[in-house]
Amino acid sequence: MDLYEYQGRELFERHGLPVLSGGVAETPDEARAIAERLGDRVVVKAQVKVGGRGKAGGVKLAGDADEAVARTADILGMDIKGHPVHRVMVTVTVDIVEEYYLSYLLDRANRTFLCIASVAGGMDIEQVAAETPERVAKIAIDANAGVDEAKAREIVEAAKFPADVADQIADIAVKLWRAFVAEDATLVEVNPLAKTAGGRVLCLDAKVTLDDNADFRHPDHEAMVDAGPVDPLERAAKEKDLNYVKLDGEVGIIGNGAGLVMSTLDVVAYAGERHGGVKPANFLDIGGGASAAVMANGLEIVLSDPSVRSVFVNVFGGITACDEVANGIVQALALLADRGETVTKPLVVRLDGNNAEAGRAILDGANNPLVQRVDTMDGAAERAAELAAAGE
Amino acid sequence: MAIWLTKDSKVIVQGMTGSEGSKHTRRMLAAGTNVVGGTNPRKAGQTVDFDGRALPVFATVGDAMKETGADVTVIFVPPAFCRSAVMEAIDAEIPLAVVITEGIPVHDTAAFWAYNAGKGGRTRIIGPNCPGVASPGASNAGIIPADITGVGRIGLVSKSGTLTYQMMYELRDIGFSTCVGIGGDPVIGTTHIDALAAFQDDPETDAIVMIGEIGGDAEERAAEFIGANVTKPVVGYIAGFTAPPGKTMGHAGAIISGSAGTADAKKQALEAAGVKVGKTPTETANLMREIMRGA
Repeated sequence: MDLYEYQGRELFERHGLPVLSGGVAETPDEARAIAERLGDRVVVKAQVKVGGRGKAGGVKLAGDADEAVARTADILGMDIKGHPVHRVMVTVTVDIVEEYYLSYLLDRANRTFLCIASVAGGMDIEQVAAETPERVAKIAIDANAGVDEAKAREIVEAAKFPADVADQIADIAVKLWRAFVAEDATLVEVNPLAKTAGGRVLCLDAKVTLDDNADFRHPDHEAMVDAGPVDPLERAAKEKDLNYVKLDGEVGIIGNGAGLVMSTLDVVAYAGERHGGVKPANFLDIGGGASAAVMANGLEIVLSDPSVRSVFVNVFGGITACDEVANGIVQALALLADRGETVTKPLVVRLDGNNAEAGRAILDGANNPLVQRVDTMDGAAERAAELAAAGE
Repeated sequence: MAIWLTKDSKVIVQGMTGSEGSKHTRRMLAAGTNVVGGTNPRKAGQTVDFDGRALPVFATVGDAMKETGADVTVIFVPPAFCRSAVMEAIDAEIPLAVVITEGIPVHDTAAFWAYNAGKGGRTRIIGPNCPGVASPGASNAGIIPADITGVGRIGLVSKSGTLTYQMMYELRDIGFSTCVGIGGDPVIGTTHIDALAAFQDDPETDAIVMIGEIGGDAEERAAEFIGANVTKPVVGYIAGFTAPPGKTMGHAGAIISGSAGTADAKKQALEAAGVKVGKTPTETANLMREIMRGA
């Protein structure tokens, strides 16, 4: 889960990192209250999980509380690269004399963590790394040893931070690591890490990604989950614990196992090239043990997508037995009928692997005119694409 | 002979008394695996009956190894307890630890990986969030349904469970020496490269199928390795050509971030290393079939 900047700022603050005073507002009135409390010139920043908000006009200065109200009213409701703005962060302003960069992240290739530190912050760090690699220090961090005072000094030296800020940055490096570990983050990034005219070093931005797998030991993280306007189908699927991602095509996809479902999307897209350019409408992995209830929930979500014109159910019975899956499909259709859902979209079902013959016999026996059986993955994808193209 | 897992492997199950652990212990036994016991500190000294075979429960991996000579552990314990379970296996210096559990925090995986490395890397870790290793006709450590394919001379390494099964099934007429599911998490113990190196050295493997998916750059690095070190024919498949950037596709590691991790980049890297890459699983299987028929 990626956090909003204001959530990252709050998280940093809880871990003792130096951040700007401020707060988050969902209305101009709330912004006024924060500006009045801060009692100075403030900056109003759109809270969106996308870069480039400054250029889009999502960051404005305000001289007093009245101006803060006006700027907040301007920014709320803006659309920044498809992300509507529902909140702004209001903070005090500072005079920045230097901008640095500091982050910890997961280094997948080396199966460890990495610290990236640079005196050239405030801009696109990837560009800096590409053009002047000597200005970006990368320091491997042992997952168990972590970052103590000595390691922090190593980071400061490697990045060649100026002597007058070395102590402050070393302290920040240790605290940022503690936050990274304590919160089970996969990324904590401070850009810019700024030196003010007064000589203080502050975290002016906070980019944090948390590991969803660690939610079980962070009950407080749930409050940070974005309740905003995610896709309604994705929201409905999440409520049913389904692993669903909405895409923009016409062929609904249900399969078992993440890799097989990704592969199914590809195979359908290839078939679609021969059938009017139809594409997969979604990713839906119903997992290993596909019970009738899970299949019914999955079918319900996929069928309720108005852009879906056909559905491809692609199951390889590994541990799952195909006869159980077939029963699941038949029961799911009956269940949907019981719920008063009229199913009119054709289903192409491919069952292979464990007990495939029995599964196919069950589908044939049920003799549902909407269900078509094709026994190869490529053939079934072709048929589903054809039906979607014809179903316009 | 296969790689890493043979008919002589003695397997224990950490979490054997739990529901997943007991279900799959039964399946592994049915597949002919020499399962010699399990661990659960609260049930040490008891035995668990599996269709007439009583398997002993030990307090620790170390105890189990001492009593049974076990050299493989398969780990089914819940995510919250995996870090200590794997570290226990590492402390016991068991040669192979297969971590099936899904949903382990990546900080925990990074911690046990670093712990193992710090102790000289005596334990090969496969997973986490993987289906395990199967050497058809010999032994099966994990949840791969070994009976969907035959014994043969193809080696298979894959990030994805169901795509592993699909490929095993497609090529069941030719058969496999060993099938390795390395898992789709961002941090995994055994990589494509480790498996490719082992298959290259295995006299019972003639050709290799490598299945990857979007996210990270493991396939690109594997391609580089193949170009420099693998002389046996390799056929590849990558899932996720049509996956949009920024959306996680089921596996925690399967996400395209920025320009990195796309299926196209992986395909190009593999082809540059001389790997034939199939467009679909079936096409990939057919590429391998042609190679094996020509061999």
